[in-house]
Amino acid sequence: MTRPPKPTKWLVVLLLLHGIVAAAGFFAPYDPIEQDRERPYFPPMRIHLIDAHGHLHLRPFFYPLRLREGSFDRYEEDTATTIQLRFLASGARYRLLGVVPARLHLFGTAGSRIYLLGSDAYGRDQLSRILYGGQVSLLAGLLGAGVTLLLGALIGVAAGYFGGWRDELLMRLAELFLALPWLYLLFALRAFLPLAVSPLEAFLLVVVVIGMVGWARPARLVRGVVLSAKERDFVRAARGFGASNLYLLQRHILPETASVVLTQAAILVPQFVLAEMTLSFLGLGVPEPTSSWGNLLATLQQYNVLVSYWWMYLPALAIVPFFLGYLSLASALQERASPYKIEEKTNWNLS
Amino acid sequence: MRKDRPSLRRRCFTLSLLLACASTYALPVKAFPHPQQSNTKEELLALPGEIGRSGGRLIVPLRSEPKTLNPLIAADSSSREVIGAMQADLVHINRATQLTEAALVKSWKISADGLQYTLTLRQGLRFSDGHPLDADDVLFTFRVYLDENVHATQRDLLIVGGKPIAVRKVDAQTLVFQFAKPYGVEERLFDGFAILPRHLLEKPYQEGRLGQLWAPSTPPGEWAGLGPFRLKEYIPGQKLVLERNPYYWKTDAKGNRLPYLEELVFLFVPSADAQVLRFQSGETDIITRLGAENFSALGRQQRGYTMADAGPGLEYNFLFFNLNDLGEKSSADLARKQKWFRDVKFRQAVSAAIDRDAIVRLVYQGRGAALWGPVTPGNRRWVNAAIPHTPRSLDRARTLLKEAGFSWSTVPDGDSALLDPDGKPVEFSILTSSSNADRTKMATLLQDDLKQLGLRVQVVPLEFRSLLDRVTQTKEYDSCLLGLASFDADPNSDLNVWLSNGATHLWNPSQSHPATPWEAEIDRLMEQQLSTPGFDQRKRLYDRVQEILAEDQPMIFLASPDILVGAKNSIANFRPAVLEPYALWNVEQLYFRNSRENASR
Repeated sequence: MTRPPKPTKWLVVLLLLHGIVAAAGFFAPYDPIEQDRERPYFPPMRIHLIDAHGHLHLRPFFYPLRLREGSFDRYEEDTATTIQLRFLASGARYRLLGVVPARLHLFGTAGSRIYLLGSDAYGRDQLSRILYGGQVSLLAGLLGAGVTLLLGALIGVAAGYFGGWRDELLMRLAELFLALPWLYLLFALRAFLPLAVSPLEAFLLVVVVIGMVGWARPARLVRGVVLSAKERDFVRAARGFGASNLYLLQRHILPETASVVLTQAAILVPQFVLAEMTLSFLGLGVPEPTSSWGNLLATLQQYNVLVSYWWMYLPALAIVPFFLGYLSLASALQERASPYKIEEKTNWNLS
Repeated sequence: MRKDRPSLRRRCFTLSLLLACASTYALPVKAFPHPQQSNTKEELLALPGEIGRSGGRLIVPLRSEPKTLNPLIAADSSSREVIGAMQADLVHINRATQLTEAALVKSWKISADGLQYTLTLRQGLRFSDGHPLDADDVLFTFRVYLDENVHATQRDLLIVGGKPIAVRKVDAQTLVFQFAKPYGVEERLFDGFAILPRHLLEKPYQEGRLGQLWAPSTPPGEWAGLGPFRLKEYIPGQKLVLERNPYYWKTDAKGNRLPYLEELVFLFVPSADAQVLRFQSGETDIITRLGAENFSALGRQQRGYTMADAGPGLEYNFLFFNLNDLGEKSSADLARKQKWFRDVKFRQAVSAAIDRDAIVRLVYQGRGAALWGPVTPGNRRWVNAAIPHTPRSLDRARTLLKEAGFSWSTVPDGDSALLDPDGKPVEFSILTSSSNADRTKMATLLQDDLKQLGLRVQVVPLEFRSLLDRVTQTKEYDSCLLGLASFDADPNSDLNVWLSNGATHLWNPSQSHPATPWEAEIDRLMEQQLSTPGFDQRKRLYDRVQEILAEDQPMIFLASPDILVGAKNSIANFRPAVLEPYALWNVEQLYFRNSRENASR
């Protein structure tokens, strides 16, 4: 008999991934907005242990790249000099978690910069930009999901528990929100705002917008759970003994909704990360030079980038482990929460 | 299977032979019965250059459908490009040499006082429907262009010294143009005024429906022109097909009548990227208006085509600040910012902090030229070579800002912020067009350049129409990054930009009185060069205009992209120029080296 997968495993994985992004300053070798105008569209560099003469080096090193003769953007390795990689090196100033000032980086180099994932049109380090961009995108996803679930749970509970005209009103409102073409709404909303918004304002706007539009679905789910929960015998019994609404909600009803809310959270976070990416991709998210996964991918709208520089696709790969983590967590949570499934399994085992 | 092939080919051959016969027979029938066919000799223009072979069909992409084939009202670039291949003017500017050449006239004479131009038409020329051309057609053409009810786009160019040009016919071949004031542009004026067929247009003109005439869907029989090609077929949303004009008035050095090409097809391909794909797959023969990145992407995988860099064109990109006098309408925030913008030292400091070489390198991949004035190096005759090309200097920028009363706050983190004389941080936004990736990229580079001075700049990409609305109507913006392309090398083509009452005087358009002494001086110089005959005199005046612009920096000039084009290897006589139409200016001379291969397409 297979036991349902444990959500803790995925939680640990996700915590690790988020830890790396949260501590982007340490893991990223450079400042994400620092331009290196001599090196636009630098391809990813290779780390070597064995040099061109076949000698083994203990410390990993790389060769600087130089422009290939008669070309603007094709590079080749210059094997004349080697540049050693240094671990725990001191480099660009940053603030760890936005608070602690630090200079320590996981790795760095003396002299020529290293681009492990290549550079963009302005010679900015793609690895640093992906790590820092993750902070924006993931935080937007997490905050957006938080706002959504809070709203959704409140409205869902209110509609399900109190019923009657309040239920009607709230659920029709939810349907209205589901039907709204929110992308166009956002375009319209943007037109009313002042022309230049700072990155922080843009970020908050994105969070509020994706938080506001998504509440309808979780609200309907929560309402369903509350509707069935409030008719359970033990709830009726408690009510019969004179329990107050507040007591009933706290003690009996809200705990029932916990598993639905948690599962929804695990599904909504990646969905909202994707929403942030869509907005930034369309130029409605955080403005340059701040990076986010969406505006990193926005350069791919240009045909020549699409065909010429494959490393500009890498930000799209960065989201894969996060999505995998969240969706696996969601399914593990769901399986743990649904008793019917276990029943089915035991039935199958008996037969 | 193999047996079938020859017979199939033969059938095709006979079919095409039949078609060829049909067209040759059809022509005289359709043609106008000429009244004076035998006694006048045709005075054709012989062009030097490689002798080509006739035949073939050239397929050219067009960014959008031409709105009209009517030269009177054509304003969009697609219409102008198509009309350029279908119409001819009296005197033409050679796009390669940038000098004037006799076209429909064989000679012109300017009187000593510069007020009277005498033009002599070539004899025996015919419109594309076979009807002969004479002075009455020219007379009719200019009457129509000058008629206010027609709303011709080029009408303003014919008003000199506040009075319209008077045209008088002397005899069937000779015309006299009378000016109220000497006109500095001289015979360049005539370039772009397509001579219209009076026999087709006089009746509609009298009925007042000339403006609606000659939509692209016009039946070919109701259309005639003097250009190398004439209308054959228009398929909305797809293409416009032109065929060789058998009456065209140019020959090659050996006396073969031009053009060489049998057909010229304009294929409507809406986006730049789609144009690249079509060109790459061989569906189109020529590609123009390429961006540097697409250019090198195409150059890298060359298959049967050649890419050419014709050098810097006439497009200039610049940053300008909002210098409008908004009075009470202005918000307090903008009024505070305008105090800096109005300070010439502030503008000079911004200019000094800009790394123009990086713009050329990163935005145009080195295929462009850094600019310190409005005239690009591509405009060889008019550029003022004395304008200093000062390299980027943050020190100079800091000195200028200090002189203007700005200071810096010291933040423990190391980033210092620029403070204005009132102690407030200096922040502004730059508008760019969101559809133009090049300019957005430039703005992002400027943002980083200015950050090093402690200026906080935000880049705001905006949809082009709302950008124009902000700049020209509501005037709610801080600064804007735009580009303009002169349609001709002559300074008069940018009159609207430099005159303070001009609608394209972007930083403060349509002023009733020049707001600053230097704008007043530019006005005076531009008016003066307008009526000064002789290139050297005018050049001296325009040089001074360029100096003032470089000194007072109402526009901070950034860079000019090269004209980048590509063509199939089989196309000969391909000589791209930096003036529009970049690749098709000598379309009558283009030919296919191997015409058989092409005919099978």
